[in-house]
Amino acid sequence: MSQAVPAGSPGPPSLPVAMQAGLTGLRDALHAEWTKLRTTAGPAWLLAATVVLTVAVSAAATAAVRCPAGTACPVDTTKLSLTGIQCGQAVVAILAGLAISGEYSSGMMRTTLTAMPRRTTVLAAKAAIVGGLVLAAGTAGVLGSVLAGRLILPGHGFTAARGFPLLSLGDGPTLRAAAGSVLYLGLIALLSLGIATAIRDSAVTIGVVLGLLYLSPLIAQAVSNPQWHRHLEQAGPMTAGLAIQATTGLRGLPIQPWAGLGVLAAWSAAALIIGGLLLRLRDA
Amino acid sequence: MTAGTVTPYQPYRPGQQAGRDGFAQVLHAEWTKFRTVRGWVIGLLAAVLVMLGLGLLSAGGSSHTCQTSGGGPTRTGRACLPTYAVGPGGEPVDDSFYFVRQPLAGNGSITVRVTSLTGLLPPANPNASGPNGPADTRPGLMPWAKAGLIIAGGTNQGSAYAAMMVTAGHGVRLQDNYTQDTAGEPGAVSAASPRWLRLTRSGGTITGYDSSDGTHWTQVGAVHLTGLPSTAQAGLFTASPDYNVVSQSFGGTSTTGGPTQATAVFDQLGRSGTWPAGTWTGDAIGAGGSGPPGAGAYHQNGSQFSVTGSGDIAPVIAGHGNEGDPDFTITDFLLGTFAGLIAVVVVATMFITAEYRRGLIRTTLAASPRRGRVLAAKAIVVGAVTFVAGLVAATVAVIAGTALGNKNSYVFPVSWLTELRVVAGAAALLAVAAVLALALGTVLRRSAAAVSIVIVAIVLPYILAVGSVLPVGVSDWLLRITPAAAFAVQQAVPQYPQVTALYSPGSGYFPLPPWAGLAVLCGYAALVLGLAAVLLRRRDA
Repeated sequence: MSQAVPAGSPGPPSLPVAMQAGLTGLRDALHAEWTKLRTTAGPAWLLAATVVLTVAVSAAATAAVRCPAGTACPVDTTKLSLTGIQCGQAVVAILAGLAISGEYSSGMMRTTLTAMPRRTTVLAAKAAIVGGLVLAAGTAGVLGSVLAGRLILPGHGFTAARGFPLLSLGDGPTLRAAAGSVLYLGLIALLSLGIATAIRDSAVTIGVVLGLLYLSPLIAQAVSNPQWHRHLEQAGPMTAGLAIQATTGLRGLPIQPWAGLGVLAAWSAAALIIGGLLLRLRDA
Repeated sequence: MTAGTVTPYQPYRPGQQAGRDGFAQVLHAEWTKFRTVRGWVIGLLAAVLVMLGLGLLSAGGSSHTCQTSGGGPTRTGRACLPTYAVGPGGEPVDDSFYFVRQPLAGNGSITVRVTSLTGLLPPANPNASGPNGPADTRPGLMPWAKAGLIIAGGTNQGSAYAAMMVTAGHGVRLQDNYTQDTAGEPGAVSAASPRWLRLTRSGGTITGYDSSDGTHWTQVGAVHLTGLPSTAQAGLFTASPDYNVVSQSFGGTSTTGGPTQATAVFDQLGRSGTWPAGTWTGDAIGAGGSGPPGAGAYHQNGSQFSVTGSGDIAPVIAGHGNEGDPDFTITDFLLGTFAGLIAVVVVATMFITAEYRRGLIRTTLAASPRRGRVLAAKAIVVGAVTFVAGLVAATVAVIAGTALGNKNSYVFPVSWLTELRVVAGAAALLAVAAVLALALGTVLRRSAAAVSIVIVAIVLPYILAVGSVLPVGVSDWLLRITPAAAFAVQQAVPQYPQVTALYSPGSGYFPLPPWAGLAVLCGYAALVLGLAAVLLRRRDA
């Protein structure tokens, strides 16, 4: 069809041209979403906030812990220096949630869907752009956190002589924890995007996402039956997902690192699928 | 115009309007707004429902099963729990010690010198095999191993008592009725520095004295015991709590490992008053605690007594300090406060940000140009509505949770005053958080940012303090200075310094007193509300 009517042909737009516009598909959608995010002030600030908060909270938590001489310190230094992820994820949730609920609140969504009637394509493009940006910001935040840990920890008694080698991405478990934390933030973005697509209101979206993340460890802690406790920790998106940060005591974990990240991925996929279905089924 | 003849400018006010400009009208308008937005009412109902649901989940989600060692029928629920003795205040208590006693009829006093306190601890390596005998143990004392004089209502566990004692690590103490503890002379006891102790009964009042030379006496305190019979049991006692070492460093860990025993040597025993029996009787109250049988004993050698005992005379400590601890406090039934908080914060933020988004704020401010009043009215409406919803949810959660929890486990009893404070505190926490969210929503005018900042500021410090790698000291500071301090208002049982246990936020003990914790959140709310009032006046709507 695209051969039949070459692009840029003169005359009033005919049906084939309109169809061609629809068919140009994902690449244009990606470009459109990228333009939207690039030209609004919010996302840039939120991405910066993700990096700054992640590094700041990580550095503060690391700086707060000391290992006095002569005591055994059962500390997972890698996990400790990645504490900021627990705060950074809230900013990521806002960013991803606003990427779609912002369009609903301003009515922009109708324009978007008029221009790109393939709703699944719109959602996929949003997921790709938001996910990509969050992965980039997450990488910066995680690298900053690891660097902060590398600089702070030896001065606080966590020296190689006492069994705490300098944090290094060359170390297998540490690399897995760091890369996994970046992926964790990306999956949180997709989770929030999916929920926002289903809910369409930014405040409620943030409430639901943060509730889902922060309540699962609290509920698990309150249930004292060991069996239930373990199952809740295995199912909660935050408790399971953050298992990726553990580098010591892996046997005692309720869920293994990559399996835990898989649980979070399942949550994100479910949210995106439900969001995508509702986007297709409902009026904008 | 000259200054003398100026007529002050009088704005035109129609007579009918004058009465309708009051604060009550603004309040009524805001209430109408709140009540007629379906989503907000649903949000508030959701907050109530999740508070109830999580409270009941917490009460019901702990069906325990256990089996007697050596085989036997599997038991569930309450049957797994030890039966606690109940103290005079209605609280569960530990009451096991070795008691060398005589009846004391009416008023009188007893004086003694303590010259030594020594003891045995469980083996340092608990995995070392061998029979649980003296060969496995090592010399040493728990800091709260105690010995001295006691006047008790009887020999039943949970009797009213007052005791003057020397302790291994905390000097001389006067303790009474399990929960009260007064410090006397500091320092450890030894043959070179003995301690003289004296207890005097006068009616229901028992006075404790200590002395380091036997001639110069200091009154440590006087306590009133209700229900002390006219003939009380008085004499010497020794107790030594179970081995329990709490590491207050990383995550707060507690090591418990078996019974201990202590031996005290007394002499220069002096008595006044009527002591009808004339001879001493030795009793292991509470069967000597969890110690090996026969751990308690006394030997009299002339005027010298040597008393060996195990156990403790102290309140039972509540909390989930130990893995799989099946008991509850009413705080556990308010787990839903976290979930309710999130719902309430969303609703309260939208109460103002929705007006900005829809442009309604311009109408609101045109109708009621005094902007401070509008904000105050909104704060009152959202605070009051949230408080009522929280009160209903917390009351039902605590009552139903207690009923359910007592069915399959044990709920620590608390006074009705404490229960009222915990329930009203949870409601107040929600109300203040709602006002904070409203104020931040006014400042930021963006719902997503306001909602997430409030939730992160209140919930995240608690999560970091409870379930992370942070040391206890840092966790305590997080719960002093962040808005999460407010959860202290839900602490149901007090921390007892005279019992060694893991008092960490994770096991339900907060660094700030209840109302001080709530005051921290109130401070944040007041600060942001002030900022919101200033910005609302300065900025265009």
